[in-house]
Amino acid sequence: MIDFSIIFAGFGGQGILSAGKMAAEAALYEGKEVSWFPSYGPEMRGGTANCSVVISDEPIGSPVVNDADVVICLNQPSMEKFEKQLKPGALMILDSSLINVRPERTDIKVIAMPASDIASDLGKMLFAPISMLGCMATETGCFSRDSFEKSLYEVLPERKHKLIPTNVAAFDKGAEYAK
Amino acid sequence: MAQKRVLMKGNEVIAEAAIRAGCRNYFGYPITPQTEVMHYMAKKMVEAGGNFVQAESELAAINMVYGAASAGFRAMTSSSSPGISLKQEGISYIAGAELPAVVVNIVRAGPGLGGIQPAQGDYFQATKGGGHGDFRNIVIAPASVQEIYELVVDAFNLADKYRMMVMIMGDGTLGQMMEPVAFRDEEPIENIAKPWAACGRKGDDFHHTITSIYIDPDVLEKKNIELQEKYKIVEANEVRYESVCMDDDPEIVITAFSTCSRISRNVIRQARDMGIKVGMIRPITLWPFPSKPIAEAADMPSVKGFIDVELNAGQMIEDVRLAVNGKKPVYFHGRMGGNLPMQKEILDKIVAIHEGTLKEGGIV
Repeated sequence: MIDFSIIFAGFGGQGILSAGKMAAEAALYEGKEVSWFPSYGPEMRGGTANCSVVISDEPIGSPVVNDADVVICLNQPSMEKFEKQLKPGALMILDSSLINVRPERTDIKVIAMPASDIASDLGKMLFAPISMLGCMATETGCFSRDSFEKSLYEVLPERKHKLIPTNVAAFDKGAEYAK
Repeated sequence: MAQKRVLMKGNEVIAEAAIRAGCRNYFGYPITPQTEVMHYMAKKMVEAGGNFVQAESELAAINMVYGAASAGFRAMTSSSSPGISLKQEGISYIAGAELPAVVVNIVRAGPGLGGIQPAQGDYFQATKGGGHGDFRNIVIAPASVQEIYELVVDAFNLADKYRMMVMIMGDGTLGQMMEPVAFRDEEPIENIAKPWAACGRKGDDFHHTITSIYIDPDVLEKKNIELQEKYKIVEANEVRYESVCMDDDPEIVITAFSTCSRISRNVIRQARDMGIKVGMIRPITLWPFPSKPIAEAADMPSVKGFIDVELNAGQMIEDVRLAVNGKKPVYFHGRMGGNLPMQKEILDKIVAIHEGTLKEGGIV
């Protein structure tokens, strides 16, 4: 795998940056090279947030992603913006609980999944992007479920370990939407 | 022994590396995109038993560094471009008083307040002085989070060894990104005696005076000559660079540092897939500048030309041209305003150089 690039985008507060970090941690657990780069600066709550994650077997060039292999969208403005930054044939996963429209491009693969509804069922909206991670990982094979789970135990402080099973449940729920 | 790789932000690693290098004095003032250095220090420097001060201004912070360094302690400040401009008075005084210190510049786009996105527009300021007077700083440009760690530790050793300021020059990309880093169990700290430090006379037959003022022109000229002689020793001994794919008679040589060298590394792979042999010389020290390997590359019969890639209108290219000395054409690709070059932009120019259709000079 060389420079497999993912953009996570949505509103600030939806857990976009953390989900990106989890993806990077899972790939790092597999011994891959990874980079994580946030949109930074005068961001505000309710404004847009995004981050880029690159996973590679080789040292990573730019951590800034211009043409992504996967875009994970949790709001409509992000979908409209990042639709343009996908490689032909690449994958867009969007949260159909929050986004009613669909991308205009016909040369990309689109998976619409009710991520926020899944999260709501699990008790916390922050699980929405986690469920989309599950879909992405299963669809593309960029890291395994096992690495996702084990990296969480490694990275999170012990007092937060009790939250891991729900994260994995969100991941599994999302995996069901992989085609 | 190296520990397990952990995912950390470049800015956090700057702070962690400084603490590991024995720095116990950090003085800062917040500015995007380097504020995480301060965040990290605010907690960890205190835990390490050191001094953390959020100063009232950038000027205050650099002068606190001057004070701590005068007393013989490892000291650091960090900022981003506009803040570094404010620190230049103190930086010149540090050079004049020959104090060891580390200053970090996580460069953002300028001029003026500019923007907060990555740039390399401070190359001239960093390598050609910045403050007033005849002086040099060692300027180190890491290209990854792992390298940030190793070079920040080295920076403190170099500062003590030469009684000079060492600048770590990164950019917003490097500061903000997370990458894996493996820390060592033990740091290669060189404990260099500081008999000059102003921490009490303790029976010495001289006053431990730290100053940069010499009113008598002859005395000051002698001081200046001493400084220049020291800089020559640094130039002779401390040049660092990386050669990438330079061993198989490359046709085109990229010169790029830090973030641009990362993007260029991928371009090399793409160009070689197309059958164009591209190599790269990546300066790690921007001062002292690796003129010699660039001059040697200019003498290689296989080399048709150079392309310098920067996040500015062409600053390091002047040093590249001096080293190439007119022997080969030096082309340029730069982006400004906080934008990064895409691989394709650089690759297109390389193809044009290869086909002989690209003109020398010009911005972007």
